[in-house]
Amino acid sequence: MKTDLKTNLKSIWARAYVRIVGANREPSWILSETVLPLLNTAAFVYVYKALRAPEEYIGFVILGGAMTAYWMNVLWSMASQFYWEKEMGNLELYLIAPISRMSILLGMAIGGIFYATLRAVVVFVFGSLIFRVNFFISGVVELFLIFILTMIALYGMGMFFASLFMLWGREAWHTSNLFQEPIYLLGGFFFPVKTLGYTVAMFASAIPISLGLDGMRQLCFKTGKTLGFLDVKIEILLLLGLSIFYIWISHYALLFMENLGKKQGRLTLKWQ
Amino acid sequence: MNHAIETLKLNRTFKIKKAKDKPAPSFITALEEVNLTINKGELFGLLGPNGAGKTTLIKILCTLLLPTSGTALVDGVDVVKNPALVRRRINMVSGGEHSGYGILNVRENLWMFSQFYGVPKKIAYERIDTLLKLFGLDEFAKTRIGKLSTGMRQKMNVIRGFVSDPEILFFDEPTLGLDVQIAREVRKYIANWVKNNSQKTVLLTTHYMAEADELCDRIAIIDHGKVIACDSPSNLKKLLRKETIVHIEINLTDENFEHFSQLPGVKKFALEHKHNIGRTELKFILENDSAISQVTQALSSNGSKIISLSKTDPSLEDVFVALVGRSLESEN
Repeated sequence: MKTDLKTNLKSIWARAYVRIVGANREPSWILSETVLPLLNTAAFVYVYKALRAPEEYIGFVILGGAMTAYWMNVLWSMASQFYWEKEMGNLELYLIAPISRMSILLGMAIGGIFYATLRAVVVFVFGSLIFRVNFFISGVVELFLIFILTMIALYGMGMFFASLFMLWGREAWHTSNLFQEPIYLLGGFFFPVKTLGYTVAMFASAIPISLGLDGMRQLCFKTGKTLGFLDVKIEILLLLGLSIFYIWISHYALLFMENLGKKQGRLTLKWQ
Repeated sequence: MNHAIETLKLNRTFKIKKAKDKPAPSFITALEEVNLTINKGELFGLLGPNGAGKTTLIKILCTLLLPTSGTALVDGVDVVKNPALVRRRINMVSGGEHSGYGILNVRENLWMFSQFYGVPKKIAYERIDTLLKLFGLDEFAKTRIGKLSTGMRQKMNVIRGFVSDPEILFFDEPTLGLDVQIAREVRKYIANWVKNNSQKTVLLTTHYMAEADELCDRIAIIDHGKVIACDSPSNLKKLLRKETIVHIEINLTDENFEHFSQLPGVKKFALEHKHNIGRTELKFILENDSAISQVTQALSSNGSKIISLSKTDPSLEDVFVALVGRSLESEN
């Protein structure tokens, strides 16, 4: 058991190393991962400015722009990663290794968080400075909790998606494409999720980032609470539930999909 | 005694997707009633043409594929019931694989894969450096793998297999596409590894006869998912000790010469077209020497011009022809 844990920890670090080292070796990503997303976020800021929306909305956009980094990382660099690993020939080597598949995904996630955090920080810091966003933090502990739980639930959801990619290959790739824009909308990245109406917002709460962003906005801005969807404490509890649910379901989904793939012989079949 | 590998009535079928114009999905049998026992410390070869079922068998033993029925044990552990335990004992290298990450160098990639087996960092680097030196890759240790040639990349893959120091190592066509020199080095290392580690086992698939002959303690000839013979190379060749083996080269022709197998004294017959040199090679397994004249006469009356005729000692290729009734080389 101890050996297993040690091997899995080593695997997490080894897989994360690829992305962390990669970041240092190809610095050109800094431009595409920081400056360009900042421009994208700025465009939404100017929409609100042109509409003379309340000041808080600009802060909402900056926060949403920063959190987009994590969502993109989960969707394209974690959920779909097994597809690429299969094409490269690495997937079967992961699968014959005596480690949990979640360790590999966690390693990818940690490596990816390194990129995503830099992108998020640049958008957040520069966006806040350029557009003079005023923050009013009403609960540091709650804010920290919401952020951490959002990350756990979000990356748990990414692991669940990864199980689909393990088997469905290109079909799941298209599904991911299909999900990108609707989740952009339902996630409320650039507006308060409450705007969608109670029923749709409730449905959107299955996406951890919707609740996470809503809670963070309530805790970061003076009038945030008036635009919030649910009480922050309820959101923390829901995020805790989502974290447990996504980690649990991804564990079983990965096992189920792996077994199904082994049964059907499609686990390592390329170009499906 | 625990065998390294044991399979009992192992079957695997694949369902082929239902086509629009066909009423029901069809099935392909990749493995049929495969019974194999491989001892610890053995270098065992699976020899057969493409599509014979070699890779399917390796994938089942490596826990990448479930058998349709039957049992497969690796080091006494059932691959279906306890795959996690099997994985601790094995590693696998495939020919022409492109594993690893281009952003990392050779040493880093090998270290990464060693970590998936929990190899302590210091031991991992010691092993990696020793193996890189042995394979003549030490000067490329800091080279990103995207810059390696195919041969060097495959050497790295082979090293990857050894870095975790597995009990049982699976090689699926390890020398596929390699030039002669590199293939020789790879074969030499594999042979020495088994020789110097009495409890380590290698299961190697190949369709190169010479490779199987040179390396393996025992060989199973597999065709259409069935094991049709299993013995040491020398014993397999002894199957043909009473027969006369004749290889005849004629000018390249499209004719299939099927009727030649009906000639008196001809036990088996196969042909191989060698387009690169413009010749067709006919391989005959004859009951005795007197049948040679029957064959040459038939060729003459057929209008074929004999370029060369040689009577040879039996090779594994001839054994394959005798057992299967066609040439392995021509299949590939």
